Amino acid sequence: MDLTQIQGVHVLFLAFAALAVVAAFNIILQRNPIYSAIGLIVVLCSLAVLFLMLYAPFIAAIQIIVYAGAIMVLFVFVIMLLNVRAEDAITDRLKYLKFIAPVFFLLLVGQIAFFVSRVQNPPPPAKIPGSVESIAEGMFTSYVVPFEAASVLILMAIVGSMLLAKREKEEDIVRIEQALAEAQAGEPVIEESNEEAHA
Amino acid sequence: MVPLSWYLALSAVLFTIGVIGVLVQRNVIVLFMCIELMLNAVNLSFVAFSRFFGDVTGQLFVFIVMAVAAAEAAVGLAIIISLFRNRETLNVDEADLLKL
Amino acid sequence: MESLLNSIDFQYIIGALVKTAIFWIFIMLVVAYMVYAERRVLAVIQNRLGPNRVGWQGLLQPFADLIKFIFKEDIVPLSVNKALYMMAPVIVLVPAMMVLILYPFGPSNVPIPLASTINWVVNWAGSLVGWDIGLNLTTMNLYITNFNVGLLYVFAMTSLGVYGIFIGGWASNSKYSLLGGLRSSAQMISYELSLSLSVIVILLIAGTLDLAKIVEQQSGWGGLRWNIFGGNGHWAMIPAAVIGFIVYLVSAIAETNRIPFDLPEAETELVAGFHTEYSSLKFALFFMAEYVNMTTVSVLATTLFLGGWQGPGVGSLPWLGPVYFLAKVFFFLFLYIWLRGTLPRFRYDQLMSFGWKVLLPTALFNIVFASVLAVLFL
Repeated sequence: MDLTQIQGVHVLFLAFAALAVVAAFNIILQRNPIYSAIGLIVVLCSLAVLFLMLYAPFIAAIQIIVYAGAIMVLFVFVIMLLNVRAEDAITDRLKYLKFIAPVFFLLLVGQIAFFVSRVQNPPPPAKIPGSVESIAEGMFTSYVVPFEAASVLILMAIVGSMLLAKREKEEDIVRIEQALAEAQAGEPVIEESNEEAHA
Repeated sequence: MVPLSWYLALSAVLFTIGVIGVLVQRNVIVLFMCIELMLNAVNLSFVAFSRFFGDVTGQLFVFIVMAVAAAEAAVGLAIIISLFRNRETLNVDEADLLKL
Repeated sequence: MESLLNSIDFQYIIGALVKTAIFWIFIMLVVAYMVYAERRVLAVIQNRLGPNRVGWQGLLQPFADLIKFIFKEDIVPLSVNKALYMMAPVIVLVPAMMVLILYPFGPSNVPIPLASTINWVVNWAGSLVGWDIGLNLTTMNLYITNFNVGLLYVFAMTSLGVYGIFIGGWASNSKYSLLGGLRSSAQMISYELSLSLSVIVILLIAGTLDLAKIVEQQSGWGGLRWNIFGGNGHWAMIPAAVIGFIVYLVSAIAETNRIPFDLPEAETELVAGFHTEYSSLKFALFFMAEYVNMTTVSVLATTLFLGGWQGPGVGSLPWLGPVYFLAKVFFFLFLYIWLRGTLPRFRYDQLMSFGWKVLLPTALFNIVFASVLAVLFL
């Protein structure tokens, strides 16, 4: 890579890529889950900037509206409502991992760099996709089936999450316990009918 | 012009960090966040390829991936909430048996 | 030197910086005088005098308030989460201010006043030093910038502003703050849905997400082509556009946490909600962010529904555009203050059920209705 060929785009890419990687490390290294959530929000926003650089303004805006603006809000709400505290230092059974992990990570980065430097970079075509019109054209003509399937999936997710997170009401719990008690009290009836059947 | 390989390298690094998080983290919510990080790394790959091949299909796929990630986050967090209600802990190491 | 100064990029950047500085000062003045206007207008509604001591008719009151805020003691409670506590007002304010670059104050390609004079003066000054500056300013746009997904950008910044509220509430480590923060942010994300959906009618009429183009399409016919009257489509879109306008207004008032939807931050209910533990300048930042949000929402309402800077005579006198624009924006801000003085507040469960059970189905039905009308008539 020729150092005289560095343009503003390269500097911008490196800045936001470095920010994304640092924030991603932050997610796994922090003890307080709220700080991890903030790290993920920073990753999402820097990825949105990278999407803008790749001429995908619609996807960048949707990433911020949906991912950083709704999904992460959900995450942070759950962390706050469950009152998750920072972890205390629990005894690490796998202490040696802390020392070999960076070595393996550097090995992996070396492998990635090796393969990446061998890639024949195709010159980008002149036609730039990514305007809202082209996405709409693709979505509603060739790919309308995944679109409708995604809407059904979201409906299932709405119903499923409401059902799973519902707190059982007191009278329901009492009713269930009564039914269980009656079922256990009624067991001899079943055994008698079994004996009749065998006799 | 930022070459395609740089975007793919960044995507690989973010994906790896996500995998490390999933394997190492004990808090189930942070584990979930690392899964979202992996999905985002893949989104970056898709959009980079869409730009360099001139095809809008990559961005459509990213749209669908985001919808799926949203649905999965909602259901997963609901499961985590009910898990927390029953076991009073968010540590995956302590939730490894069906018995409470 | 000549080609650098006359290149479009350089003029664009310098112009954008100058315009950003001017608009920022403008927004600060609007926010400051909104506080004053609110107190005076509320006073008139409530049959008393407002602040009228400081300066003529109290017009210097905002500066007195600012000095008071700066000199107040900055109390930071001991048990707060320091980093998040300090960051929360910033997280609320920055996305709110970032929408400033899209406000369409006036038309594009407006001739710069005194352009030839400025050119002559700068070139003469350069020639005195020995530089050959060939400056040649001609036209400018009366907005800072414009992109083809402008409307989505505004909604993205609104979504990001929600974070500061519940991070501030949580970091304050107090019951009232946490409850107020969670309620306030839950309300904001609920009404964000109907806000975004109600604007889809405008997308159907205008066919673009670009704010400057949406305003340009509403020109002509003495104001009867504003989008609230059906836009440049057809008279048949009027019912859908009016319903969209009403849903938009109600969602906007709920989104910015104003009366009648301000239970989470009312002083009589939750001890001021998420900003209970904030004092002095950080509280002033929260306040400022709320007013900037109100201004943003009013600007969107005038741009999308009421024709932005369109008005009689803008074709010949383009600098009349900002005058009409500001008049319409100030009308909406006055509407906010008027509602504050007149209506009682909703209870929180009434508020949430209204948002999910009434406004959201109305917005969705409106989209279907508008689509049917568009297919039949447009």
